[in-house]
Order: sequence, then C-alpha cells, then structure tokens
Amino acid sequence: MERIPARAASRTLRIQILRHNPLDPASTPALQSFELQEADAMTLFIALNEIRQTQDASLQFDFVCRAGICGSCGMIVNGRPVLACRTLTRDLPDDIVLAPLPAFELIGDLSVNTGKWMRGMSERLETWVHAQNLEQADIDALEQTMEPALADQIYELERCIECGCCVAACGTAQMHEEFVGAVGLNQIARFRLDPRDERSDADYYELVGDDSGVFGCMTLLGCQDTCPKDLPLAAQIAFLRRRMAIAGF
Amino acid sequence: MQIIYTDVLVIGGGLAGQRAAISVKRRGHEAIILSLVPAKRSHSAAAQGGMQASLGNCAGAAGDDEDCHFADTVRGSDWGADQQVVRMFAHTAPKAIRELATWGVPWNRVQRGEHAITVDGRGATVVEADASHGLITARNFGGTAKWRACYVSDGTGHAMLYTMSNQAIAANIPVHERMEALALIHDGERCCGAIVRNLINGELFAYVAKATCIATGGFGRIYRVSTNAIINEGMGAAIALETGIACLGNMEAIQFHPTAIVPAGILVTEACRGDGGLLLDGANHRFMPDYEPEKKELASRDVVSRRMEEHIAAGHGAQGRYGPHLWLDIRPLGREHIERRLREVNEICRYFLGIDPQRDLIPVRPAQHYSMGGVRTDHRGQSPQLKGLFAAGEAACWDLHGFNRLGGNSVAETVVAGMIVGDSMADFCDSADGALQVSTSLAEAFAARERERLAAIVQRRGGESVFELTRQMQDTMTDRVGIFRHAEALEAAVSTLQALHRRAQNITLRSSAPGANPELVAAYRLPRMLKLALCVAFGALQRTESRGAHYRADFPQRNDRDWMRRTIASWPEPDAELPTLTYEALDILTWELPPGWRGYGARDYIDHPDTPRRQQEIAALLATMGAADRHQRQAALMPFLHLLPEHLRGRNERLGDD
Repeated sequence: MERIPARAASRTLRIQILRHNPLDPASTPALQSFELQEADAMTLFIALNEIRQTQDASLQFDFVCRAGICGSCGMIVNGRPVLACRTLTRDLPDDIVLAPLPAFELIGDLSVNTGKWMRGMSERLETWVHAQNLEQADIDALEQTMEPALADQIYELERCIECGCCVAACGTAQMHEEFVGAVGLNQIARFRLDPRDERSDADYYELVGDDSGVFGCMTLLGCQDTCPKDLPLAAQIAFLRRRMAIAGF
Repeated sequence: MQIIYTDVLVIGGGLAGQRAAISVKRRGHEAIILSLVPAKRSHSAAAQGGMQASLGNCAGAAGDDEDCHFADTVRGSDWGADQQVVRMFAHTAPKAIRELATWGVPWNRVQRGEHAITVDGRGATVVEADASHGLITARNFGGTAKWRACYVSDGTGHAMLYTMSNQAIAANIPVHERMEALALIHDGERCCGAIVRNLINGELFAYVAKATCIATGGFGRIYRVSTNAIINEGMGAAIALETGIACLGNMEAIQFHPTAIVPAGILVTEACRGDGGLLLDGANHRFMPDYEPEKKELASRDVVSRRMEEHIAAGHGAQGRYGPHLWLDIRPLGREHIERRLREVNEICRYFLGIDPQRDLIPVRPAQHYSMGGVRTDHRGQSPQLKGLFAAGEAACWDLHGFNRLGGNSVAETVVAGMIVGDSMADFCDSADGALQVSTSLAEAFAARERERLAAIVQRRGGESVFELTRQMQDTMTDRVGIFRHAEALEAAVSTLQALHRRAQNITLRSSAPGANPELVAAYRLPRMLKLALCVAFGALQRTESRGAHYRADFPQRNDRDWMRRTIASWPEPDAELPTLTYEALDILTWELPPGWRGYGARDYIDHPDTPRRQQEIAALLATMGAADRHQRQAALMPFLHLLPEHLRGRNERLGDD
C-alpha cells in the first residue's frame, strides 16, 4: 500500500457503504457510515483499504491492478457506476455513498461476481475467433497481413475491460436477466470486424438477433455515459442492430 | 471434503497458466485452472508496451533474428541466465506471436511509407518498405539492438490476455475463479495437487492431479512501492517453498522499473522512452546521456534505475510533495502519437496525476516491478526436486532472465513458457511417471493440516495486527532491500523480517465474519510472504557481488570468479528462522556467449578463469566452419533445438529469407 502523508487541514469524509454478507444469516442489507480523514491524492482504493485496516476488517471489496486497467473495482459511487481505483476523493463531495454494482451476484458488501457473469456471456456469445484449422496454423511462416487501420479499429473495441459498469447502468439489464449488455454486443461488433473470424451475419444473428441481444436495447445509452474506457458503444449497438435487422429479414 | 480430480492443475490464470492449460488440453488431457480473480483480471493485463519477438518486419527491426534476441537477453541478464533456455525462448517467441495473431490479437501493423519518429528529443523520419506493409510492427525498448517489442498500442498485455482467455473458453477449459491454493499435496517425492480455499465462502477442497503447475506470477507486494497488482503476493512460490522440498532460484534478483508514477507507484511503460521520451532532472536537464552515452534512456532497466537513484542522491531530483523524483518527458512525441500509441499512459496521467502528458512532465521514480527469481525448474518447467510439480512465467525460475529482465521479455516468456511447459506436462501425464497412486488419505491429511492452521489463526489472542505487520514488512523491503544494497542494511532487514515472522504467530483477528474473511486471508498469507521476503533479503546479503539488478554498494563489481552461480533457496524445516541457501554452478564452458561487458553500465568486473578459455574455444571452432550459415554456427556452439518439443523446432520465416 502506498502511504500518503495527510495534507494539513484535510476534509473529513463521511463514507456510507451499503453492506451485506449473504453468508451471515444475521446480516441484512444496510448503509454503514465511516468517517475518514482525507489525504492528498487519495483514491477510493486507498480510502477503502484504510477503512478496512483501521475501522472494520470485515469490509469486502475487490481491487486488483489499482491502475484502472483490470476492471475489478466497478461500484456505484454517489449513484454512478465507476472504477473505484481511479476515482479521487477530491473529486467527490464530503458525503460519499458506495454500493455494489447491481445486476451481478453479490459476494459481500462492494464485491460482486462480475467474473461469473462475463464468463457466461463469453460462452454464450462465443467471443473468440472462429476459424477452420486454427490448431494446424503454421506458426513458422510469415503472419497474415492486416491493414494497420483495421488493427487499430479492432483494438478500439478490444479495449473493453469487462468491468460491468455498462451492465449496471443499463435499464434493460435491470429488467431482463438474459440481456447480454453493451459489453456483449461490443464483443460481437469486435469479432464481426475481424477478418480472421469466419462467422457471417447469419451466425451473429443466431447469437444476438433477439431481445436478449441487440433488439433488447432501449437506447437509453447509460452504457456509453458510464464506460470507463470511453468505448463507442451507442454507435456499435446501432450499427449492429441495422446489420442484424438485415440479416434476420 | 470434496476431492476434485483432473490430469493437470494449473494454479494461476494469467497468460502463462492459460497457455499451458491450452497445450495440455490439445494433447488430450484435462486441465483445471485456479485463479484468485477472474482470469481476464490477472496481472498479465498490466503489460503495456510490448512483447519481444524477433520478427524483423519494420525498418527499425531490419536484420533482427534469434541471435540478436539471444545476445540482448543474455547481456540484459548480466550473464546470470541459462543460455540454453534463452535460446529456446528466442526461437519460440516468433511462433508465440504468430499464434496469437491467428487467435485474434490486433497487433499493430507496419504502414508503408514515411513516418515521423522522435529520436533524442527531435523529429526524424523512418521509411517503411512496401513489402512489410501489414505485417506485425515493433517499437524500440531498452537493452535491445533492434526494434523488437511487438505491441497493441500500450494495451499489449490486455489484448493478449483477452485473446488467450477467449481461446481457453473456446477450448472449454474450466477456470475456478476466486480460488486460492493453500498447500501442495505431496508425499515427499511427488506432488499430486493442492488444498484449495474458496475465496467467496471459505470452503476447502482437495484438487488431485497428475501434474501441478505454479503460474501465479511475481511477489512484488512484499515491497511497499511496487508496480505490481495487489494480488501479486507470491503465494504460488511460497507454497512450493513450504513443501520443504521444491526450491526457489535467485530470489534476490528483483527488478526495479525506472518509471513508476509518484506517489502511486503505477507503471508507465518503457515504450514512453522507446518511442523517444526523455528523462529529465529537477533542473530540466536530460541526465542519462551523461551516465550512459551509448544507450542513454534505453540502457537496461537495472542500469537506468540505478542511474536515476544515483542522480537523485546527488541532489538533482525534482522536489515533490512526496519526496524527490525525476521527470519523464513524452511531450516531444506529440498529441497523435500519445493518443494512439500511449493511450493507457495518457489515461493514467489524467486520472491519477491530474496532468496532461502532452503538455506536462510526468513525475517518476523507480519502483519494484518484477521477480526474476521463482520456483526453480529445469528447461522443460519441472521442479528438479519434486516430481509432478511444474512452474511457468514470472512464478518460475527456469532462468531466462538471470539478474535482470529486458522489457517486453516477460509477456513473451509467459506465452513461450506456457507452450513449452504445457507440452512438458502432457508428456509427463503420458509417461509412466505420471501415473497417480495417491491415496485419498494423503489429501485428507493435508486438508486437515490446513483446516487446523486456519482454526489456530482464528483462535489466537496475541494482539498483533496483520495490517501493521504487513506494513512493516513492506517498509523493510523497500527501505533496506531496494536498488542499493549493503551488508548493514541487509542484516538489519533479515533480523527485522525474522522478528516479524515470530510476531506473525501472535496475530489476532478483529473480524470473525462468515465467508472468506479478508482479514483471515491477509493473516494466513503474511507468514508466507515473510518467508519469501527472507529468501530475498538473506540471498541478497549472502551474494557479495553486484550483478544485474542486485547491486551491492559494498561489493560494486560483478564477480564472475566467485559468483558464477545461481542461488537456490529451500525451507526444509518448517520452524526454521531462515531459508537454507545452496548454490548451483553455471558452466561457462558450455556457453555460446561467454561473459563480457554488456554494452551499457559499469565496465568493471572480475573475470572467471573459464571465460578466456571458452572465448578461445569458440574462436577456434568458428574458424573451422568456413561458409557455414548462422544456424550451423549456432548449433556447433551450443545445441538447443533437441530440448524443444518437436512441433516447435521449425525455422522462423522472415521477410527476405531465401
């Protein structure tokens, strides 16, 4: 843990956390309030660890990279889904309310099982390059060429970190458990763009051509508003919907 | 207790573990991966700048081949590496990258024509050939003769890990997420799986397997300031050590990365310097050319980090709120380059520092970054001491990196090692040695031991706080076992760590929450982390020379005469206060590249008597070979192809091959 000296006359933060331990029969979901002296350059990663170390050792949350790249620490901060590790307390008011991401299975307190959800989505949408004889590929030979601009375009969509913020911010996902979310639709858009994937629009239609897929989207655009990687989700979903409408016609 | 049977148990869901599991599965064996976190969140995702492989496609890579990659890696290691392993690696890396290309990684590609680049802070032009257009391109990195780091913007590890994970899902390989191996099950000679704890509900399981692979990455979190993810606590290496049989290699070889942001310690990639970024001091002076006229900012990481700290100690640092630091300047690279090729760096600066690297300087200082040491294995990834135990990636020490790893060689190693060690485990499963004769009572006995240990921790009333002891360990490592080491500080570190290890027996938990209980997790991990820390500190104290990242201010010379040997640590008695250290000799007479000057850093070293002898042998041998090609010459000096699985022995095609 990086130790950061406190700034003189720092603020006292009041952090309320929605707590619940499903494994404890006596636990009922409730907000618990913690007070914390703000330190310079304090992130929610630092703040939550300090609370766990000095006030309540049972507090559950997930951080891995603490650098905004692994997608582990999505949570609701004052009503919006964000990556907690790169959220600086100085950008927040004195009163901070933290809650776990909705739409995912709760592990405890701020920890939710996004991994299980994402693996299920990947299996269902088959989010991998489908090509004949992949195992027999000649890896001694020069690689297939690809237009540099196309590689950039694929990477643009590949930047998704499966944090779940788009699912937590999605109206459809809250009402419709089977909905694959912007995260899933973006993956389809990514593989559709990739010439190495031999699937056709008819194949993709089988995967997302219904209301648990691209036709479930109500265009509320919570996904694009909250995506920590600024992915062009609205445009991808709109484009995919048009292609799927044609494929299904 | 539930017992889960599989052919191969892979502990760790990063690039190395997943690639190994894919190899195993392709060979017709079942594999299960255990991961502390969802596999796509593994620390492999944090590799930013690139993966070294000598494709030789772009102009800056012209003439690159396995020979150059080999020589750079050996020099980078300060002649600590196993040269046969380096050869196996350099030969397989192009295959690894091409395989990942067929699997979907969107590698950046060569664009034909003229390009503006930045060299020494000034604009320059490079022209890419028509023939290279669309092939995988590369960027410059430290300690390399060629542009060899193939990349996907600065999200290389992320793109690789997602592609790898998706392939593992396609292959129907189960990843048991949020599962932690607490102990290896073994009978004194043979490893046959692990006792595993579910990090959601605290339940214990036994996983019984023919082969078990440690692929849990490094152990940077024994330090206070580290670029590592917070899960990098080295539990894989620690449970191998706790068998009392398996050994760890070169634990004192710890890499410090030159450019971690201050104060958070988050990495900004070496590609910043590879692409033309500069290091400046408090007076905005570019100081690296003063120390390293040949390679400047792009000497190896150990050298650059040392020069930076030296410069700060001489009073030339910039004074910041968190102490002195230096500046990384990527402004000369321009907006377009930063937004396209250094996107993560751009985001990290914006979110964590509140600065715009297109206009502002980035405050940096070296931080712990990589563990060259790990579970000691042979060239196929198997522990020489404990049959059925394998290791791959940063968790392992088959000894690719010696005493300093080159940037971009770690992600390359994960995939290459996964390919080789996965195959090796499949061979083991197919062999008579692979047959399992484990009795369930052995698994039950190990589970009972772990259950008792956990119960004992919960019941203890000694009053110590796990968080406080962890902080003291991390402070000790950062303050006393850092870049500059000397006997006095190392002795103090060893005794502090020993005292902490004793005090860790008196930890009292404040929380008894049902489930995994994060405080209990910290409490059972701490003594294991302390054992690793003791291996590092004690190994560093005993190694009275300077080699690569291990720098002894009181023994500043590399000493080939006395220290051409690898440190081997074991912990045979569970109650011992120190690891047992032994040494494995390195045989210069078998080497292709005898020790010499690295081309950067100090020129001052003590020669080994075998070095001139081997140099003469090599010269005499090559003199007899006349018109032989580079492959024939190499094979005469140090054959290695026979060590690779057959399907990985083919020659790598390059543009312009006859």
